[in-house]
Amino acid sequence: MLKTFMIGLVLGVLATAGALYAFPVVDLQREHSLVSVATNGGNVESFYINVPADRILARQPGQDSLLPDMLEWPGANVLQPIGMELYKIRNERGVVIGVASQLSESGSTSTDWLLHFPARGSQLISVQTQATSSGALRGDLRAGSREFAKRRGSVAVRWVTDDSADEGVAGGRIEMLTNYISRVDRQ
Amino acid sequence: MMKYAISLLLGLLCGVALFIISLLYNPFIANRTLTPLSVGDTAVTSLSYTAVPAKSIAFTNSGAGRLQPHPKGIRLLREDTLELTDIMVAEMRDARGQTAGIGVKFSSRSERTNLLRGEALVNSAWYVHLPGRGSFFVEQSENYWQFIQNVLVPAYRNSANSWKGKWSGDLSAGPGALGVARVTGVGGSLLGLSMVAVESLSVQAYSTDNGPVSAEGRLLIKMLQPDDVTATE
Repeated sequence: MLKTFMIGLVLGVLATAGALYAFPVVDLQREHSLVSVATNGGNVESFYINVPADRILARQPGQDSLLPDMLEWPGANVLQPIGMELYKIRNERGVVIGVASQLSESGSTSTDWLLHFPARGSQLISVQTQATSSGALRGDLRAGSREFAKRRGSVAVRWVTDDSADEGVAGGRIEMLTNYISRVDRQ
Repeated sequence: MMKYAISLLLGLLCGVALFIISLLYNPFIANRTLTPLSVGDTAVTSLSYTAVPAKSIAFTNSGAGRLQPHPKGIRLLREDTLELTDIMVAEMRDARGQTAGIGVKFSSRSERTNLLRGEALVNSAWYVHLPGRGSFFVEQSENYWQFIQNVLVPAYRNSANSWKGKWSGDLSAGPGALGVARVTGVGGSLLGLSMVAVESLSVQAYSTDNGPVSAEGRLLIKMLQPDDVTATE
């Protein structure tokens, strides 16, 4: 009987080691990346944010309304001119694939966006607050991680009003069109 | 026949338990105690934040874990693609304890996690804005293995499902050399600067029901010297 116990013991050790080796502990849900190639080069990808449905947090300087209502913004003077919003971000098919933060400071000529896609990486985009002639805001990829670590390129951010939204609620969506190229490809 | 089956089953259970215990107390898994940034004479900048979700400005996740979203009513990340993702917004304090700015941290569990090698990895990205100085982006992998060994497991072992003590450790585990995080200045006077950072965690109390009860995180940031550039690539 001791021999059977010892066989079980060894099998238990091997089975656990084998399971940890063979099966991933973390298995992230993935969506296909909907990337197309631009005529003059670069990978083009679109992201969307439905407002207000995808808004997680909102705080703007000088405004009393906060999202969520129970949010307590710190009282420190240096943080009073800061405006911040957090969103869920969707791909072209409307599936939520990541999260985004938008942070701005009163009087600044740019707004910084941090986009995070759990299965792909993160990108930090700096967007000018002055719209171009096409009505879009232009931004640049400043830094990235993992898939976006060795990319550079531009982003066009556009607000599209949704006329079907409920009365009294500013509805619409933020569209982000990224056009990135690998830094290695340019050398 | 039955006694052999029971004996085999007991052996299997003991084997599983033995393996898990040997994994948790494996002496061959390195215990990093010295922050690589503390070596050298270049000045470092320290920013601290509360690592207790209920004391942060905002914290949200899927709502399924032990860390409770804050404040009440904040939207949860219930989508399949976000279920292993956390968002934290925190007030960043300088070395004197004064508010220096605000930080947003996005973190997702990493598929490179390998418990056999003592790697419980999380991919995270910080955006920190320091009014009057600029802003920077931090990309890093964090390894929570030491935290699991020294805080989480003892908390579960405790009959009160809690842990009290003092544990400090580095979380950063790359992508830079010696496990440092890569930092890029993205605004203000920091624009275009390359830096490295180490994020560390200091825990004094932990509950298995609510997560950290008393804990503080710290980002230690160092400007890169020309000689360091090749070392971090």
